[in-house]
Amino acid sequence: MLQDASPFSEYVDTTFLIVVGISSLVLLGLMIAMVYFIIRYSRKRNPNPTNIDGNVPLELTWTIIPLVLFMGMFYLGWQGYLKEITVPEGAHLIKVTARMWAWSFEYPNGVKTDTLYVPVNTPIKLSLHSLDVNHSLYIPEFRIKKDVIPNRENVMWFKTPRAASYDIACAEYCGLNHSYMYTKVVAKDSSGFEQWYKEASQKQSKPYLPMLAEEKVKE
Amino acid sequence: MTSNVPAIEPDYLHAQTNRKGIGAWIFSTDHKRIGILYMVSMLVFFMTAVVLGVLMRLEMLTPGKTIMQPQTYNTFFTLHGIMMIFLFIIPGLPAVFGNFLLPLMIGAKDVFFPRLNLLSWWLFITGGLLALVSLFLPGGPADTGWTFYVPYSIRTTTNVIPALFAAFILGFSSILTGLNFITTIHRMRAPGMTWFKMPLFTWALYSTAWIQILATPVIGITLLLVVVERLFGVGIFDPNLGGDPVLYQHLFWIYSHPAVYIMILPGLGVVSEILPVFARRTIFGYKVIAYSSLAIAFIGSLVWAHHMFTVGMSNTGMFIFSLLTFLVSIPSAIKVFNWIATLYKGSIKIEVPFLFVLSFIFQFSIGGLTGLMLGVLAVNIHVQDTYFVVGHFHYVMFGGTGFGLMAAMHFWFPKMFGKMFKKTPAIIGWLLMTIGFNTLYFPMFILGYLGMPRRYYDYLPQYQSYHIVSTVGSWILFIGILVIFINLLISLKKGMKASANPWGGKTLEWTVASPPPVENFHEIPVVEKGPYDYSEYEIKPELIK
Repeated sequence: MLQDASPFSEYVDTTFLIVVGISSLVLLGLMIAMVYFIIRYSRKRNPNPTNIDGNVPLELTWTIIPLVLFMGMFYLGWQGYLKEITVPEGAHLIKVTARMWAWSFEYPNGVKTDTLYVPVNTPIKLSLHSLDVNHSLYIPEFRIKKDVIPNRENVMWFKTPRAASYDIACAEYCGLNHSYMYTKVVAKDSSGFEQWYKEASQKQSKPYLPMLAEEKVKE
Repeated sequence: MTSNVPAIEPDYLHAQTNRKGIGAWIFSTDHKRIGILYMVSMLVFFMTAVVLGVLMRLEMLTPGKTIMQPQTYNTFFTLHGIMMIFLFIIPGLPAVFGNFLLPLMIGAKDVFFPRLNLLSWWLFITGGLLALVSLFLPGGPADTGWTFYVPYSIRTTTNVIPALFAAFILGFSSILTGLNFITTIHRMRAPGMTWFKMPLFTWALYSTAWIQILATPVIGITLLLVVVERLFGVGIFDPNLGGDPVLYQHLFWIYSHPAVYIMILPGLGVVSEILPVFARRTIFGYKVIAYSSLAIAFIGSLVWAHHMFTVGMSNTGMFIFSLLTFLVSIPSAIKVFNWIATLYKGSIKIEVPFLFVLSFIFQFSIGGLTGLMLGVLAVNIHVQDTYFVVGHFHYVMFGGTGFGLMAAMHFWFPKMFGKMFKKTPAIIGWLLMTIGFNTLYFPMFILGYLGMPRRYYDYLPQYQSYHIVSTVGSWILFIGILVIFINLLISLKKGMKASANPWGGKTLEWTVASPPPVENFHEIPVVEKGPYDYSEYEIKPELIK
């Protein structure tokens, strides 16, 4: 999976790998200890056990060390979450409407599509609405997901650096064709996007106003 | 302690009662017979749900249709979930082994309310049958997932109402069992058995029982509200009527998260019970393990919304529920550390129940550690509702509780039926189950992280290789389960006669005959020592040789 498809991809992957790394070490340590004790203290080798009721310093050690590690993990997760909910100023708003079993994206001038076209390097804010049951908009490459719930507006945001297309899935079970509720997010370079936006506006006879500022298109 | 093995008293399996045939069982108030009733009915449901699971895995072998239609697949994962959760794991250890063992372990002749106990089983069976009936009613079986999320569960035309009623009735069965156990533990411990001389399985049952009593009513009410909404169109959860679907999720998880601990705590208790017997030494950190059960029960009641991190909660909610999720994993981690420390300087003999316990510790650790990953907010948002979550909870529920149940079955089988099982097939079964289990569920972590959502009938081709591995795992696991059960069934008939204490256990159930007499104890024992007192095996030079 791409690491730089969104501002969150790399952060989520790194955080995940840190936690996986720590977890693997802990698991490995536990399993080595377990297997070693079983061999070393088998009834053959050690016919007479030693009863040890417990050890308070040891109990404290293996309470406090995990506590510290866990708080570190919590902090990483919280920081990432803050990134994901802090929508940059000037993000462009696109309204998403989900129904069983399709997505619809509505642009500021009323243009509607079933594929999400976005300009590269531009923060996009999605406002999520459902017409029927719960859905969840999930873009795996961007590492983000938000539930789409009737009678309630949820928002999410992203930007993406390259002209490419990625899958959008529905992640909340919504009935018969839940697994077919896929669409794409297609990122186009600025001029390409405006070109598409203009054509789509004409086709759907909506007034065309450029979404991006002019200097950005020239870039 | 006086010997409790009177020679001629009839055991509970063969005792004469005033009823004949099956009536002597289904109307019996003997806690041991009720335990066996639960075991038989639960295993029937379990095997049904296992078959559904295997078929689902088969469907996942290839993208698109492999063997069934999407609607069938959707009802299969719903039924698999409902049966596994409400008919197998929740009643599994507490109702089967709790019923059978609790009075024996604390030196009592029965539970405090024997008739209420029988009623609990009848409620369980009624709920289970209702769930089965709903399969064949017009409209077809429910297709909502075991979570019954609103608004889908209000809109679907399938038989949601019978399924909800079934879950509602099963809830009452669970509440009454919890009530019974708490009362029994408070009032009926043998003289000398102080709280800290109780076996740790009893402690686990005690913590579980509190959750059963306190949390189950919430799901009862919630499911009833859905029924009311469906039947009378009252707007509680339905957004079209001004209700709030997120409220439903909160109420659902306020029960269903603690329910996860109803499912796992008794499994943790089984491990704490079995380890010292085969390590032939006292458990390390008895009090810590006992208190950690209570801590899990308490903190576990406050983490429900970590199932809902993508629902659009307030930042305060996200912060608190993530933090508490990390806190609740600490007592579980402590248990694992204490178990491994229990092996230190033991005198370990590897027997079948011990092997299952080792698999339990390995798999439960993976389940717990992946739980940490899910607690990390930024990661959770990516893997929420993907196969990662499916992998995680199967590692805890099946790799943990399921293997704990297998350990318990083999450990107490001689006590329950007075027969020994055959060792070699059991070891083969254990090996197949462990290999199959990990082959089945480990690829799900990778699938989930790569973005494969759960409850998907069809999937994108890039996921297929992992699905194939997983499906092959399901076959190995299934064969392992068959080997285990066939071996136990054969042993029931042909097994060698078991002695009162084949493993050398120190808890009270091993002081009575196998199978135990109807009244359990001829004479109520007086307890002087802790439950895992193996000091007699410590170095006494004159005894070696």
